[in-house]
Amino acid sequence: MFSDYSLAELGSIFVMQGFAGLILFSVFVLMALGLAIIFGQMGVINMAHGEFMILGAYVTYFTSQFFLNYLPGLFGAYFFLAMILAFFAAGALGMAVEWLMIRRLYKRPLDTLLATWGLSLILQQLYRTVFGPREVGVELPEWMMGSLPVTDMVEVQINGLFVMGLTIAITIAVALLMYKSSWGKQVRAVVQNRVMAGAVGINTEKVDRYTFGLGCGIAGVAGSAFTMIGSTGPTSGQLYIVDTFLVVVFGGAQSLLGTIASAFTISQAQSTMEFFLSGSMAKVLTLLGVVIILMLRPQGLFVIKVRR
Amino acid sequence: MSSKNDQSNKFSSTRRKLLMGIAALPAVPLLASTGLLSTPAFAQAPATSEVNTTGLAVTDTEVTVGILHSVTGTMAISETGSVQAEKLAIDQINAMGGVLGRKIKFIQEDGASDWPTFAEKAKKLLVNDKVAAIMGCWTSASRKAVLPVVEQYNGMLYYPTFYEGLEQSKNVIYTGQEATQQILAGLDWVAKTKEGKTFYLIGSDYIWPRTSMKIARKHIEGHLKDSSVVGEEYFPLGHTQFNSVINKIKLKKPDVIYAAVVGGSNVAFYKQLKAAGIDLSKQTLLTISVTEDEIDGIGGENIAGAYSSMKYFQSLDNPNNKEFVAAFKKMWGEKTVIGDVTQAAYLGPWLWKMTVEKAGSFDIDKVAAASPGIEFNKAPEGYVKIHDNHHLWSKARIGLAQPDGQFKVVFETPDLIEPDPFPKGYQ
Amino acid sequence: MLKSDRTFFLRPQDMIGIAILAILLVVVLPLTLDNFRLQFVGKYLTYAFVALGLVLCWGYAGILSLGQGVFFGLGGYCMAMFLKLESSSVEATKIQTTPGIPDFMDWNQITALPLMWQPFNSLTLTIIAVILVPALFAFIVGFAMFKRRVGGVYFAIITQALAAIMTILIIGQQGYTGGINGITDLRTLNGWDIRTDSAKTILYFVCVALLIACILIAYFVKSSKLGRILVAMRDKEDRVRFSGYDVANFKVFVFCLAASLSAIGGAMFTLQVGFMSPSFVGIVPSIEMVIYAAVGGRLSILGAIYGTLLVNWAKTSFSESFPELWLFGLGGLFIAVVLIFPNGLAGLWQTYIAPRLGPLFGGASARRASPPAATPPAAPSSGTAAPAAAE
Repeated sequence: MFSDYSLAELGSIFVMQGFAGLILFSVFVLMALGLAIIFGQMGVINMAHGEFMILGAYVTYFTSQFFLNYLPGLFGAYFFLAMILAFFAAGALGMAVEWLMIRRLYKRPLDTLLATWGLSLILQQLYRTVFGPREVGVELPEWMMGSLPVTDMVEVQINGLFVMGLTIAITIAVALLMYKSSWGKQVRAVVQNRVMAGAVGINTEKVDRYTFGLGCGIAGVAGSAFTMIGSTGPTSGQLYIVDTFLVVVFGGAQSLLGTIASAFTISQAQSTMEFFLSGSMAKVLTLLGVVIILMLRPQGLFVIKVRR
Repeated sequence: MSSKNDQSNKFSSTRRKLLMGIAALPAVPLLASTGLLSTPAFAQAPATSEVNTTGLAVTDTEVTVGILHSVTGTMAISETGSVQAEKLAIDQINAMGGVLGRKIKFIQEDGASDWPTFAEKAKKLLVNDKVAAIMGCWTSASRKAVLPVVEQYNGMLYYPTFYEGLEQSKNVIYTGQEATQQILAGLDWVAKTKEGKTFYLIGSDYIWPRTSMKIARKHIEGHLKDSSVVGEEYFPLGHTQFNSVINKIKLKKPDVIYAAVVGGSNVAFYKQLKAAGIDLSKQTLLTISVTEDEIDGIGGENIAGAYSSMKYFQSLDNPNNKEFVAAFKKMWGEKTVIGDVTQAAYLGPWLWKMTVEKAGSFDIDKVAAASPGIEFNKAPEGYVKIHDNHHLWSKARIGLAQPDGQFKVVFETPDLIEPDPFPKGYQ
Repeated sequence: MLKSDRTFFLRPQDMIGIAILAILLVVVLPLTLDNFRLQFVGKYLTYAFVALGLVLCWGYAGILSLGQGVFFGLGGYCMAMFLKLESSSVEATKIQTTPGIPDFMDWNQITALPLMWQPFNSLTLTIIAVILVPALFAFIVGFAMFKRRVGGVYFAIITQALAAIMTILIIGQQGYTGGINGITDLRTLNGWDIRTDSAKTILYFVCVALLIACILIAYFVKSSKLGRILVAMRDKEDRVRFSGYDVANFKVFVFCLAASLSAIGGAMFTLQVGFMSPSFVGIVPSIEMVIYAAVGGRLSILGAIYGTLLVNWAKTSFSESFPELWLFGLGGLFIAVVLIFPNGLAGLWQTYIAPRLGPLFGGASARRASPPAATPPAAPSSGTAAPAAAE
């Protein structure tokens, strides 16, 4: 298929394709990070992850409407405020959910799956009732759309850069929080041995609540960022759920590094295959590949060795 | 349930003759002044036993129809407009005195974006509620699920969506375009005015895009002069990552991108296209899956410059459409937009009313037989006519998407296009 | 544990339970419901097969599969392929370019019947396929995973991915599968028109008979040594392994059994409803089927049947009158069944009703045999579930 093109064209298309892979990678990391925290650190399977993301997207939509109507001069910057609001809205809802529901279920991981699935149905219908069944179009500041031409052929998507930057920032923030702060130490202590952690004076309930809130908050930010590349409607969250779970499971549940590595592997595989094969087949082959590798290596790519 | 209906039918056969229109809605003056009023509102209603010999839910004062769309689930996004249009049409018809002197009452059922539910609800409407017609379905899959039911229980379905063709039934009136009506004229236009020689076909992976693309490919390769298809791709429903295919498009540099991406994927596709620096004012893109409804979610600024091939656009400049748009917005709010399917859904109740009046009966067999040749002058899209194959003669139009979410009509076929659900040479 | 208990796999109260269910399904419902509603019940009962399989593999063996829709779909598709071939005779399809093949193949330029479809010209082979194809598929998946000790949450998520893959494949390969529209317009079974009301009534009774047969199989498995090992495995897998059992084989077996049960349900669904589509294969229906078992009580074989009937009845009647409330209701049901009554209907029965009925049936035996009502269902990691659940 490449015989008709010049070397320069091929070179630039591979650069572009590499960039597309990186964007997909950032998207996957952003999707999976919140889930990785919740699933990896707490063992809770949050099937409503997508709905928390969409909450972030709706918050972004309303922020944009507010700025359009009341502060049009600052419209260019609304997105940053929207992301912060999305984080707190989704985080607050997450903490409420943890308090009402999840904390009673820590010993029954499969049951959290069912309960959060129920939650996702309720949230979907709630969005539909409150925000209407149609999709909403989130208007973005002009500077975030379009691309920077590097050469004639190579163009760099600004929103791609933005998502990448955001992903790096959030990943670093989460890593610092988990591995450098005293709160992170508490979280890890609770993961490794809940009873002992409680015995040394850690308020395990509070740690759980904030961890869950953090995971949901990151989902909210992800949803906010995805208004740039995807749709915002009551059921849009469902589009992400399978991919997200596979990324987390493939990475090995308890390791942030694993999540990143698996997001990288899956995104590169998918974007390369999409380039050479037709869309549907690429998706099927990627999913199949992940499932087969998981069958061969059920603990995922990276795993902390813990005695069970 | 059914026993209750039997009773109401017995009740209705007491042949009480009633003058209809006394309880007409306040909207009558409005309609009268807008010219929709074509039959006298105080017509004498014929006896129920004459117009209903098959036990349908028709009384001396009322006739029941069903509305069957998804109000929950993923398809609610698209089907909401159709429900609104059908309710508007029913309101307007009632305000004019109804059908054969009987007010239309509707029973609304939720298909819940789930095909078996559609079949189940269709059966409920036909068997339990004995509706005289069903306005409903949106996706092909839901219609395929409902079709055996309406055929078995002999119902009448008015189906609004443009679709892939390859179907024809005594029990269905297809008020949207079938594939060749929608596709061929658009391709001819783009080949002529945009001098498009190379086409890149991209769609969601299911039957409608695949069939449409098949027809498009045959037309491009067989009927357009030295044109070719340089790429054809399908993505799973709900796919949200299009950067790879956009790179492929950039590599192949097609003259025309021909798109039939649907649902949430649609939004992602256009946003990413724009972000990747593909300027739709320079790159011709012709789509068969974007109406005003979809632009609501995509955002006008992201799709401005694309061409869409439909039979109706909200901006259509004719008196019928102006009245329709005004009435629709009055009923459903200033912000609501009206897409191709919404308009086609609006035709359903009207065509049914006119057919029933021509047949002089609500009986399904008589309505089905009377359908061919029904003409509707007041359609927002202009004059339409039902063909022998139960599809509509209609025009094809090309709209240019504007940043405000509306289309500017840049082309319309001079004549009505004959519907041809089983096109020779395109299968 | 008494010797006398082991002579027959049904305990007296099980027999009473099955008899009551049989009377309800065979006598009460057909007499009280009109044809239209009875056909709904027939449709719900096909889901009950799936719920039954889930009780065995989730309730008793602790394997939660979120991909049971795949097996339901495989069974349904096998049956649909047979029916479709029958309704695509050369005369019926003479307007096609290639007469004698299903219409959707003709639209997709397929000119000869694909090899995959050939066996479905025969009813016998079809019936064998309905049971064996899903079992084989389950065997491959189960063998690969259980041998490597994939379990719990991981298994759930992998089966979920399988459901996603299967949906994409079926929709994408529309020339062979009918795509998103599914296989529709099925008319006759060996010349017998399945669309008439009388045929549907007969199929309803066939469905009930098969369901009761499957219930008996489930009871047999439960009361056999296998059933005890399964429960032991769920509660302390390592101990069972150390006792010398090959844990994986038991899990594979029960997973295959659940798959076959689901497939029978799928085949009956196709017969009664008259079509099959990929919308039963995906993630959403698969998870919904789990709730049927959960509402009934994941440890109760009969509970699963009642749970399925109740949830579906609620779904139909709610969505007739308040479509928008239904999702709230269903969502709330998921949460309630997990938080408030983890043993579902069966748990409520055991806690509140059975003790009062106990004396009627000679108290002691009924009490002894009751599954533990208040024990939360065990997750493999919890280790808190009572071993008493074995009885």
